[in-house]
Amino acid sequence: MREIQAADISAAVARMCVSANTRLPDDVRRKFEEGLRNETTAAGKEIFRQLLENADLAFETKLPLCQDCGLAIFYVELGEDVFVPGGVNAAITEGMVAGYKDGFLRKSSCDPLSRRNTGDNTPAIIHIDLKPGDALKISYMAKGGGSENMSRVTMLSPSQGWEGIKQFVVQRVVEAGPNPCPPIILGIGIGGTFELAPKIAKQALLRKLDDLHPDPKVAEMEAELLAAVNRLGIGPMGLGGSYTCLGVKIALAPCHIASLPLAVNVQCHSARHEEVEF
Amino acid sequence: MTTHALNTPLTDADIEKLRAGDVVLLSGIIYSGRDAAHKKLMELLDRGEALPFDLQGASIYYVGPSPAPPGRPIGSAGPTTSGRMDAYAPRLHALGLKATIGKGKRTDAVRQAMQDHKAVYFGATGGAGALLSKCITASKVIAFDELGPEAIREMTVQDFPLLVINDAFGGELYAKPNLND
Repeated sequence: MREIQAADISAAVARMCVSANTRLPDDVRRKFEEGLRNETTAAGKEIFRQLLENADLAFETKLPLCQDCGLAIFYVELGEDVFVPGGVNAAITEGMVAGYKDGFLRKSSCDPLSRRNTGDNTPAIIHIDLKPGDALKISYMAKGGGSENMSRVTMLSPSQGWEGIKQFVVQRVVEAGPNPCPPIILGIGIGGTFELAPKIAKQALLRKLDDLHPDPKVAEMEAELLAAVNRLGIGPMGLGGSYTCLGVKIALAPCHIASLPLAVNVQCHSARHEEVEF
Repeated sequence: MTTHALNTPLTDADIEKLRAGDVVLLSGIIYSGRDAAHKKLMELLDRGEALPFDLQGASIYYVGPSPAPPGRPIGSAGPTTSGRMDAYAPRLHALGLKATIGKGKRTDAVRQAMQDHKAVYFGATGGAGALLSKCITASKVIAFDELGPEAIREMTVQDFPLLVINDAFGGELYAKPNLND
């Protein structure tokens, strides 16, 4: 059994929340720079220019990149031989609360009916996967409401297959239009169950924009969806152009013989996530 | 595309100059308000009570800023998705609201209300909250403090950079998705 101190986890999570909200990931920045060079519309180019200036300013001033610092989402890979006195959930939550408070990040969590703000961004949304071994990896994502609202889960019929999947994804992007702050990134969960598909769809957004899916067939599907979505011409902030989407990330899971669950998680261009390993 | 420097409160003459696609650098007082604040404004109107600010010529910015760090008037302050306020906007336009500021599509009912009451919808760049905060020189909560980030703030802006998304003549800037390929 390996013991990891809760205080160490909390401190790392707090740092990660502040850092992710104030420092645009390098892979996203490279895409913005590419967009500034290659976008076909003047309005689209201007959006990329502003987003790069915004990223520089956020890094210098430690103001959040976006005022919507999101609900705090954590995907945790927890080794079965790890022991955290006080508990992993509590340690992550404590770190998140401290990071959002000390980093002047917006607290966006509220009661679903009374709409009363919980005041400290709790609860953290924590997904824990148990793994063999004694390692601990915590990935954090700041997920804003505007893009999350444009995300959908559907249960397709197996007969609809890849064509049905493509159609649903493209239609989702059409209907979302300018709302989710394009250029977007799409996390696509195919298979699993009604609750698993959206979980892996969001998890897929933790991948680097410029990585290639290890399965060449899936990598090809990602490229095909990306091209289909970018043909729509919605462009940065919906102002028209060839950069509607910066990347498509697909996650697959076996599903019931009767089902073809599909989840589309729409991520805004401010794709804020970081990870820490113990 | 024309660039206009405008000061609040906005007049009918200001609005009539604007066309979808124009750039506006807005200066003066604007009011923040989003979901929960709008619901409360409607409750005040239903009860026949006064609103916390004068709607005549007013501009509402759909924003819930992040907390102001020491030494700054405000935190990050970019637009939220406007569609969630579509249920409320026509009633406010009828009472004198001249402009809303946000991001994303509006309903036909809101676009019609803007034509009927000479009003416009401005887009600010979503996800550029740090950059936009530079144009906000002062900010104070004037109503519904209990709503935290959703409280109504009176904000002073200087050359706040906006695009006219919907004008008062039915014009719209957003690209129509190309469904033919």
